[in-house]
Amino acid sequence: MWLKSIVLSSSLLASTTIYAETIFVSLEKDNAIAVVDPIAGKLIKTVAIGQRPRGIELSPDEQTLYIATSDDDTVITVDANSLQVTGKLPAGEDPETFAINPAGTHMYVSNEDDNQVTVIDLKAAKAIATVAVGVEPEGIAVSPDGRWIVSASETTNMLHWIDANTNQIVKNTLVDPRPRALSFTADGQQLWVTSEIDGTVMILDVASKEITQRTGFQIGGVGAEKIQPVGVKIDSQRRWAYVALGPANRVAVINAQTYDVEKYLLVGARVWNLAFSPDEKRLYTTNGVSHDISLIDLERHRVTKSIAVGRYPWGLAVKK
Amino acid sequence: MLNRLFIMLLLSTSQIVTAEQVIKIAYLSQELKAPAALSNLEPFIKNKGLQGALLGLKDNNTTGQFTGQSYQLEQKIVSLEGDVQAAFTELLAAGFQLVVVNLPAEKLMALHKINAGKALLLDVATRDDSLRSQHCLADTLHLLPSRAMRADALAQYMLKKRWNKWFLVVGKTKQDSLYADAIKRAAKRFGMKIVAEKTWQHSYDARRTAQSDIPVFTQGIDYDVLVVADEQGLFGEYISYRSWLPRPVIGTQGLVATAWHKTHEQWGAVQIQNRFKRLAGRVMQEQDYAAYLAVRSLGEVITRTKKTDAQSIKQYLLSGRFKLQGYKGKPLSFRAWNGQLRQPILLAAPRSLVVAPPLEGFLHPSNELDTLGYDEPESQCQQ
Repeated sequence: MWLKSIVLSSSLLASTTIYAETIFVSLEKDNAIAVVDPIAGKLIKTVAIGQRPRGIELSPDEQTLYIATSDDDTVITVDANSLQVTGKLPAGEDPETFAINPAGTHMYVSNEDDNQVTVIDLKAAKAIATVAVGVEPEGIAVSPDGRWIVSASETTNMLHWIDANTNQIVKNTLVDPRPRALSFTADGQQLWVTSEIDGTVMILDVASKEITQRTGFQIGGVGAEKIQPVGVKIDSQRRWAYVALGPANRVAVINAQTYDVEKYLLVGARVWNLAFSPDEKRLYTTNGVSHDISLIDLERHRVTKSIAVGRYPWGLAVKK
Repeated sequence: MLNRLFIMLLLSTSQIVTAEQVIKIAYLSQELKAPAALSNLEPFIKNKGLQGALLGLKDNNTTGQFTGQSYQLEQKIVSLEGDVQAAFTELLAAGFQLVVVNLPAEKLMALHKINAGKALLLDVATRDDSLRSQHCLADTLHLLPSRAMRADALAQYMLKKRWNKWFLVVGKTKQDSLYADAIKRAAKRFGMKIVAEKTWQHSYDARRTAQSDIPVFTQGIDYDVLVVADEQGLFGEYISYRSWLPRPVIGTQGLVATAWHKTHEQWGAVQIQNRFKRLAGRVMQEQDYAAYLAVRSLGEVITRTKKTDAQSIKQYLLSGRFKLQGYKGKPLSFRAWNGQLRQPILLAAPRSLVVAPPLEGFLHPSNELDTLGYDEPESQCQQ
């Protein structure tokens, strides 16, 4: 740990500036990523990266940034310190979202146009398998123990449970229409899935792979048709869950023990994806249509700031 | 190469359920005579609708491999002089209970009479309000928005823009008059004023051209917006940029109200636009979209209920449980009283999607999509 932090800080020193925390935001229509310092509350710079960047994740060691540049049909690897593109992964056609296993050895990419998931060996930078799934696979998540990969197909309305050992589907769960994002709880017992069209978040028991709970949303003065849940995140203690509600322009705060919605936080227009700060004290949101990100203080459950970042911010990754 | 082989091997062994349930859907249409064209550059599309049904079938079968269901589409395209009713009778005799119908209103009515409630008809072609509010075809679902729905969508936007004074220009066909009727109803409904109405006469005179004719035709009227009713596209395109006053054109040309448009890319629409182009080699038209939704609706019900008979499917489709994702950001469903698909309408300019009514602020006690077209109390059709 001590050694690791020395290595980390020395590599940070090598880069031009040091920030306490950095957010990388993919900008779908600017073909770029925005680099934001959330502590100072500032956009630092925008870096051109490739065509139509969407899914964005950091490697577990935070040294590599993976970005799906959908119209280039690839996931690029970027040095998280220098922001230089270091390589391209064979991600299949039109990659949008992807997930990395906790060990950092494999990446699972949704190929929306081809109805498949591509499995990539990250060390070899090679596609080692493809798994045929339903129509328009989008949301994808790996369980904390690395055993399950779950792919959600938006038009088939199904979750496909892929065994990481065999890369085979072992179960399909029919869910509410147009499932979007999915997130495992840190204990690996639950999987939370949003349905954009039904306006719900479903909670599945990972052992049985069935839906055990369903929560809907009601906001005074906002029509039900505006409530289109997308991104979902649950804190590591499973105390609170947060759901981005799309054109309702709000993030729902759900008590993850009782499943009651306790609060709605007004953020920017068409809020899409969410990310925690490393200490889970803040939540960051991409607001697709208002071209900004919102910063939420999770101790007080308050929106503290919004920062203009560029056109169509899609996803975000946060580096210590 | 070796890598690819390995991937294919993996694919073939991945867990795919063997099909147990076969679902047979029929697609009934008739060849069309190419209509008079405004531009020789715009090709006449022969297979509008069919390609959408095929895409829906493909999507259903992708899902079906996980549920043990396999879908087949029997295509019956009757020739120009052929007998549609005979073809339909054959389908019924062969046991088809789910029929996607891409035919004009009179022919749909004829099929309805023969059918006597046996099969479920999915109409992907008509836009007639009479079918939805007076004839009340209990065996039919209408996938495309009616003229009244389109006119109301335009009216909501014109109200929002405060384009209160409309100049209505109508073509000479029966369809144009029906479209104009819908526009007049919308004007009344939303408190707008039709300050003038003129019929385009198509009087051909060698001395007159669009350049000189349109200014004269539109001169002397004070209006905010020109609403054109020309469903065949015989003259509407000439009006923009040529009118006496510089005013926007809206209706069947200019800013159009449609179920689908090539500029639509929100709510995942890019995905289906691309999928369609790959399959059909052309842009998706609204009949294709309707046929896609028709086949997908069936798939959605059959996936969830495993039932394939017309009666059970119709019951589920008309129930509150049915919600279809149609790439328009809102769940689509059917109006139980007349089988009309509830849907947002796209208002599109040639290169940009302007807005997708129902617009914010137009309220409805149960579903805001029902602010478009004849609502339940206004319809003679009852559940």
